Amino acid sequence: MDLIRRLFTAALVAGVLSGTAASVVQQATTVPLILEAEKYEVVTPPAATAAAPAGAPAASHAEGHQHGPVREVGEGVPVTLDEAIQRIGLTIATNLIAGVAYALLLGAAILLAGRPVDARRGLVWGMGGFVAVSLAPSFGLAPELPGMAGAELELRQLWWLSAAAGAGVCMLAFAFARNRLVIAVAVLAAALPHLIGAPHPESAEGAVPAELAARFVTASLGGAALFWAILGSVSGWLMSGLVGEGEPRPALRVQPGTR
Amino acid sequence: MSSMTTRSINSATAGSATRSAAQTAVAAFAAILLGSFLLYGVGFAQPQQIHDAAHDARHSFAFPCH
Repeated sequence: MDLIRRLFTAALVAGVLSGTAASVVQQATTVPLILEAEKYEVVTPPAATAAAPAGAPAASHAEGHQHGPVREVGEGVPVTLDEAIQRIGLTIATNLIAGVAYALLLGAAILLAGRPVDARRGLVWGMGGFVAVSLAPSFGLAPELPGMAGAELELRQLWWLSAAAGAGVCMLAFAFARNRLVIAVAVLAAALPHLIGAPHPESAEGAVPAELAARFVTASLGGAALFWAILGSVSGWLMSGLVGEGEPRPALRVQPGTR
Repeated sequence: MSSMTTRSINSATAGSATRSAAQTAVAAFAAILLGSFLLYGVGFAQPQQIHDAAHDARHSFAFPCH
């Protein structure tokens, strides 16, 4: 029980700190791009259907547009201050929960690996997390803005999960496995989602300007890198007394001469 | 002792004489269970309210959202 309590405390602190940092960075980088992109979300299909009687009410509050898709401010775009505050609050809460969730998973991996950690080694663990759940999935499915064209959601979620899990297993195998067969299988697991290919729509016809989308990708990955750096080093720091204590020669135990 | 610790995932037991492999496994399993549950809620669950609340964070973290 003591172990669980300490593990969960470390995850809670690491998750809250990294989630807070991510929230600050997001409000300055990705969230303004999301709000901007929502203006391009196509609410009504092209004008052919708008000529029907049902289209008349919609036309009354979207000024002067007879040609092409009707673009309206998305429903979620905050109009009043209260809505804006609520939206920011929910985003921050989500970030904190995401931080704790990832910190729990990373902490479990650190615990199972059983190697000594400190803040510096934790940073390496955190970068592994970044590669697994940010970089590897983004290699196939770029971080997307609202209004961008995408394939079916369930397919993309499944692909995202397999790319992340494959990359994570692959890095863990390289770090800890002795058996070459295990490493080979892990490499295959990481490569397979990318060999199959991420699900994409048949034609990329999103309404979001490419410049916005490009800026969003870099902002999303940069923010995630910072999030994982903090999450990893705080986890490593707080778990330093939890894993590997009392080992006689921790750093030299495995393969002398390789370091 | 050291050769015993090199193979299995239970090598964390080397960290403390008083801690059993079972305790480590239970703690790690509990963390994975709760972590996965929270992550599902944050990144994947589709009920409208959860989706709306998590919307901006999902996009920022590059989860598939819509």
